Amino acid sequence: MTPESMLLEEISPAEARDRDQDRDSGRTRRSPAVPPVRTIVVDRAPLPVAPPDDREAVRPSRGAAGPERLRVEDLRIKFPEREAVKSVSLSIHQGEVLALIGPSGCGKTSLLRSLNRLTELTPGASRGGRILLDGDDIHELEDTKLRARVAMVFQQPNPFPMSIFDNVAFALREQSRKRPRRSELEPLVVDALRRAGLYEEVRDELDKPALRLSGGQQQRLCIARAIAPRPEVLLMDEPCSALDPISTKTIEQLIGELRRELAVVVVTHNLAQAQRIADKVAFMYLGDLVEYGTAADVFHAPRAERTRDYVRGAFG
Amino acid sequence: MRERLLSPWPDHRAERLLGAVSLLVGAIVTAMIVFVAVHAWPTIEHNGLSWLGPGGNVDEQFSRMQAASAHPAPAVYHLRAWPLIYGTLLTTGIAVPLALVVAVLTSIFIVELAPARLRAFAVPVIRLLASVPSVIYGLLGVLVLVPFVGNHIISSADKASVQNTVELTGAGLLVTVVILTVMITPIMIALICEALASVPNSWREGAIALGLNPLRAILAVTLRAVRPAIVAAAVLATARALGEAIMVSMVSGSRSFSPRPSDGIVALFEPVRTAASAIVDFREGIAAPALGSSLYALALLLLFSALVLSVGGYLIKLPLRRYQGQA
Amino acid sequence: MSAWAPAPQQELTTGPGRRSSPLQWRWIDRLALAFAWIIGLALCAIAAAIVIYMGYRGVQYLRPSLIFSRPAEGTTQNATGGFLDPLLGTVLLTLIAVVLALPLAVASALWIAEYGRPSWLARVVESSIEVVAGTPDIVIALFGLVIFQLHLFAPFSFTASGGAVYGRSFIAAGSMMSLIALPPLFTATRDGLNAVPAQMREAAFALGKTRIATIRRVLLPSVRSNIATGVTLGVSRIIGDTAIVVLLLAPTLRFESQGSVPVVGLLRGTGSTLTTYVYDNSPAGEGAAPQKAYAAACLLLLFVLALNLIVARIGRSQADATGLTVAGAIV
Repeated sequence: MTPESMLLEEISPAEARDRDQDRDSGRTRRSPAVPPVRTIVVDRAPLPVAPPDDREAVRPSRGAAGPERLRVEDLRIKFPEREAVKSVSLSIHQGEVLALIGPSGCGKTSLLRSLNRLTELTPGASRGGRILLDGDDIHELEDTKLRARVAMVFQQPNPFPMSIFDNVAFALREQSRKRPRRSELEPLVVDALRRAGLYEEVRDELDKPALRLSGGQQQRLCIARAIAPRPEVLLMDEPCSALDPISTKTIEQLIGELRRELAVVVVTHNLAQAQRIADKVAFMYLGDLVEYGTAADVFHAPRAERTRDYVRGAFG
Repeated sequence: MRERLLSPWPDHRAERLLGAVSLLVGAIVTAMIVFVAVHAWPTIEHNGLSWLGPGGNVDEQFSRMQAASAHPAPAVYHLRAWPLIYGTLLTTGIAVPLALVVAVLTSIFIVELAPARLRAFAVPVIRLLASVPSVIYGLLGVLVLVPFVGNHIISSADKASVQNTVELTGAGLLVTVVILTVMITPIMIALICEALASVPNSWREGAIALGLNPLRAILAVTLRAVRPAIVAAAVLATARALGEAIMVSMVSGSRSFSPRPSDGIVALFEPVRTAASAIVDFREGIAAPALGSSLYALALLLLFSALVLSVGGYLIKLPLRRYQGQA
Repeated sequence: MSAWAPAPQQELTTGPGRRSSPLQWRWIDRLALAFAWIIGLALCAIAAAIVIYMGYRGVQYLRPSLIFSRPAEGTTQNATGGFLDPLLGTVLLTLIAVVLALPLAVASALWIAEYGRPSWLARVVESSIEVVAGTPDIVIALFGLVIFQLHLFAPFSFTASGGAVYGRSFIAAGSMMSLIALPPLFTATRDGLNAVPAQMREAAFALGKTRIATIRRVLLPSVRSNIATGVTLGVSRIIGDTAIVVLLLAPTLRFESQGSVPVVGLLRGTGSTLTTYVYDNSPAGEGAAPQKAYAAACLLLLFVLALNLIVARIGRSQADATGLTVAGAIV
């Protein structure tokens, strides 16, 4: 018998049973025709299933973090049924990706949505503490002007029922006082699509309906739409959770490039993704900010035991 | 035989029976179109298509038909129904766009702007309005609106300006259009509100997250998303407005008159008659062959426009579906 | 930079921060906002005014004596007489129409939802129902006149001495009314059948039942409330329809039987309904008794209101029971 044949033996369950019985009773028997069962005998190191992917290539060499864009001071958010966020203080800088991680219900999405005052859409929400955008309290700013500077991408891609061009130009048209002409908008739209990594795929189809795009393309379109008016901060609520792995990888690369000009805050429940893309990490648990530091610190040298447990996958 | 009927039926027999009954519906509709066309044929035969055109006084033509014998000469069939067509186009053409604007704005008001208590009051009241019989609208029109318009809105100068041609009593185009608008708006509101409520919330959130105020979010995104529903509502409203006979007959004045735009604002007060209301007004003479045939011709016209409307509505919605994510 | 230190208790503010004020919106947005408020409020006011005014007139003129006394002889109703005959006429007409429409609508809906082969025929049937739904009632009335003036249908109405069939009777009007009630009934039943989850049918088939048995035992009972809604909507349209009655139920206010056989004579004869009573007593008809017209109109409106409430109640109870909502059509 060759070594390979020692690894795999195809026998049927009936035959296995018979063999046992035969071994016990010392007889041999013919086996009937039943589907075989593979029993694998492992005696050497496992082969890796796929070659190691270029994870490290997602994050280019880190330069110095830019100026502080958003500062959260002692934020509290309370909904009628529960308290979502209890006293969180953070700092968000340009040039950095901040990942908000934590199990479901820990308040990370509520925290994200409070950064552009989207929590106000929920009736009965109350808040405490301050959030400063470039030094201005965001609750003193007009909500429409705030959201022109702090953009958001949602979990489910939500392109509007219009053409691709109209989607990306949407915010540009709405934020200008006069109706801009298409010739004025076109370079901005093309630039946004380029920065979102979608231009090459749709350059000939700008007037086709946006809803015809695939899921990954739609999400990149939403990113293009969000960054077209050149916001200062980009908030992303689990942007890849509804997408396939290839689109996920594309968008993670995108995030790496976008953070040069923006501050990016990403909520994710995927720890591996956080490890791939984050510069700073904030770990929340049931509304408390348990740990906040650089990615290297939080993932490899966490100070809190709960962080260590979560990062190792002990709970989720 | 009795056993055959009472024991459980096999499927194919049940299917045939149900199919036959369903076919009956199709047969009835086909019969309707055929019979109306057959009875309308004499008028079309004698006038050609110019029965739709202008030329003379429709009322006089109808009374001539009514007075004729049981076997009238071909000349009696002479009909130029343009005043009726014009009246139909005028009333429907003003009421439907007006109702569309009112319905869209009211739907936005109900869904977005109204405080909760007002909304709880408005929704059932508007639904009730949608099922009020047209004769009640006509009654209110003729007993309340017509005297009001006749006594308080039309001035004696207005009456004097047209007194050689027509007498202004208050019953006329204005009251007809106003009541028609009020009649067709509730159905449109119901359809549009339902459509607005079923637009996914994600679009509204996305628009607000891009820095739009809530009203602008509705106007720019949600209204685009409900365009098929708005088209469907408009088609439905037009069909209803075209076929409204009783109410129009009660408030539009009893003359087949074409309101003249050259009279300026007074044209609104001039009487008018639509194709549908003409059928009601002249129903008693339907036994006279020429008059009966004319009325059936008008009915054929109404039937034809109802068919065109449903096909047209379907065609308009087709390109709009390109941009929708859902049906 | 972790937030381990417990934070001091602070007051929470409820409500939004600074909102963009409408004064700074684009002019078209401000216009739309203003118009939306104005027109929305105006329409609610008009709707309320109509209901309140009809109620006021009803209180003024509606008396129980009117409901239970018959109209006076002849055409002027000024002095005496109520509207018992028209009221009963409405009821009779509704009964005839529902009896005719119900089997037709339910059978067609069942066939479309459960069989539907061949598909071109299914399309024909569905399009026919849509055509009927979109046809003005005055055209349906004329069609009824054409049909019932055929000699074939002479037994259904009065035949004059010259041989001309009158063509107007309760049967004639009732048959055409059934066409009015057909679309809402069909749509409600079909939507109800389509909403029955596939598992119910599959479970029945798995138990070995034939399709028709499934229909009888499983499907029809589950769409009972849909059928009830459809019937109510249809009845609401029937009692409000004037054009068909005006054309097919000649200008008599009281019941005029035709022939000596009791019930059949009634059906072959003519009469009136609440709607024609209102029409005849308004200035459009004889015009002599607007008070009676108001009273009858108010009664009619009360019926319509009651039917609306029934539809709402059925919808609510079905939503509670099965978690499915009735796809109610208003038209």
